[in-house]
Amino acid sequence: MTDPITRKVFLRRAAASGSILTVPGLLAACGGGSGSPSAGGGTTVAPKLAKTLHFSNWTLYIDNKPGGRHPSLDQFQKKYGVHVDYREDINDNASFFSKIEPDLARGQSTGRDIIVMTDNSRYPSLLVKKGWVEKLDKSAIPNIKNLVPQQRHPSWDPNRDYSLPWQSGFTGVGWNEKLTDPVTSMGDLLGNKKLKGKVGLLTEFSDTLALVMAYNGDDPSHITDKTFNKAIDTIQKAVHAGQIRQFYGNDYASALSNGDLVATMAWSGDIVQLQADNSHLKWQLPDTGGDIWTDNMLIPKGGDVYTASVYMNWVYTPKIAAEIEDYVNYVCPVLGAKEALVKQDPAIANNPLIFPTKQMLDNAHIIDPTALNNEKYQTTWQNLISA
Amino acid sequence: MGFAFLHRHRGSTAYLLLAPGMLFLTVFFLVPLGFLAYQSLESGSIDFGYAFTWSWHNYSGAISGYGKQFKRSFAYAGIATVIALLVSYPVAYWIAFRGGRWKNLLLLCIVAPFFVTYLIRTLAWQTILSDNGLVVRTLIDLHILSPGGRLLATGTAVVAGITYNFLPFMALPLYVSLEQIDHTLIEAAEDLYASKWRAFFRVTFPLSLPGVVAGTLLTFIPAAGDFINAQLLGSTTNHMIGNVINSKYNELIDYPAAAAMSFILMAIILALVLIYARAVGSEKLTG
Repeated sequence: MTDPITRKVFLRRAAASGSILTVPGLLAACGGGSGSPSAGGGTTVAPKLAKTLHFSNWTLYIDNKPGGRHPSLDQFQKKYGVHVDYREDINDNASFFSKIEPDLARGQSTGRDIIVMTDNSRYPSLLVKKGWVEKLDKSAIPNIKNLVPQQRHPSWDPNRDYSLPWQSGFTGVGWNEKLTDPVTSMGDLLGNKKLKGKVGLLTEFSDTLALVMAYNGDDPSHITDKTFNKAIDTIQKAVHAGQIRQFYGNDYASALSNGDLVATMAWSGDIVQLQADNSHLKWQLPDTGGDIWTDNMLIPKGGDVYTASVYMNWVYTPKIAAEIEDYVNYVCPVLGAKEALVKQDPAIANNPLIFPTKQMLDNAHIIDPTALNNEKYQTTWQNLISA
Repeated sequence: MGFAFLHRHRGSTAYLLLAPGMLFLTVFFLVPLGFLAYQSLESGSIDFGYAFTWSWHNYSGAISGYGKQFKRSFAYAGIATVIALLVSYPVAYWIAFRGGRWKNLLLLCIVAPFFVTYLIRTLAWQTILSDNGLVVRTLIDLHILSPGGRLLATGTAVVAGITYNFLPFMALPLYVSLEQIDHTLIEAAEDLYASKWRAFFRVTFPLSLPGVVAGTLLTFIPAAGDFINAQLLGSTTNHMIGNVINSKYNELIDYPAAAAMSFILMAIILALVLIYARAVGSEKLTG
């Protein structure tokens, strides 16, 4: 089973390094003193950094400069000589999982070293259960000490053997204030006739369900058949009334900024970034509560564990975490990042979307994890959104 | 018998020439099809794995649960095919009979959209049909669309997208069959006192039927299985069976149900094509 992995990875790496042969290689050779134990060619077999790190992430999820440059990745390359092949090819959890599943099921490499998946979907726990992710090389991640305490022991990976948080975020409601009065409740979103046909919901099962359940007065962290069906009925009614334009993945962003959507369920940090182009966009947790989730970095089977771990250690450096945060505006899982950010950009550091207040955290639910693996619920949900 | 056949020089050459094609179809069509058939009778889930259990309920469940989407797919594909035919026929006719030395350039214009990928072309329609776009605003100003009305995220947009995307598949076969028509036949009809219209309906149109048949099939078959247009241009209630298969396959990772649906879709299309071929006469399929 392992044979095809190593062979395929080897060939891929060989091809990749061939194309960027010179500069990063030289830098890697010179960068021995910078904390990488791989430089010395001693008697023990020291892990070696790959030439290229293949990193798949969601859109709008890393620092960005004109020309498509990502300064934090450039610095990583400069320091470790590893070129990061950064791909924004995750639009929603389910379709990304299905993209990599065939390779993983056959024991082949997915061509990726780091992927990012959300804990309010069934997939991170499924990947761990199936043995489709590699264990982190914690010896290369001393900065794991900077992980915020409340994130250290998630139920699906109790010791963080396989995963580290990338960002957390809230699901709430975004609206365009030029086109509507503030939309701060799910009742408004699902029922206000003025918004008819201009409202988006998310294809993500747990995001939409959590907000609707909270609106129904039910507890999203303890889902029963009764509360589930009630939530489905609530959504179905809005769909039949023509209130809902479409169910969206990350692509709600463009529809909201060009005015096809007036109000939509939306992820907290996206709106802050979209405001750069459209200052009329607003975002809030609905009055009945939103949900909070964490996106996790994982190393899919066949990925380069050591290089990926070195990268994870790098982003857990408070200064680097602060740089990424300054752009992405999601909830930062790295201790010390706030202090680092205060120096760079105090306005951002005091933004409750990034370092949330207790009141916000109290108003954000965590979805019942057992519901995520309930086939019946999942099928009902998919039938609803592909009617 | 086979040997006797191969001994004849012409026969063996034909078989040799056919071999690569046959091999390709066997490896890349028949084998996957067999695998799909096998998969469609499995049961289980992604968590616990799948096992072959002659699980016919994948088929009955697909029909009982998704009849609506099946019907919608054939309705959308049918409407799009008819519109594509009505739009393409005059264009193909004009190029074939009046194109003169511009023929090749005009044909290139029909194929030109193919230089841009399918997905990008469909995404471009999102912008064109956008609620604040020029098209919608003009239609509202002309009172064709009610104020607050929309085109994007409607069934109309889905049908329009399918029509647009598959139009060249209709226009090119039509052109080929019209181009081949012997003009003296039309002159003969006119010499025998047929009016222009009568000559068209009695001579030109019947002679172009192979193109009509080929064009409608090339449009209808892929359109019935399409899901991109419904996903990008449709709303919550415009999904086609392709969207359901996509969601079963990609979101629920329910391979058996997705495979069963693909087979049902194939079977219905095959049945429709056979009925169609019967109705217009099978020799029209080959010209």
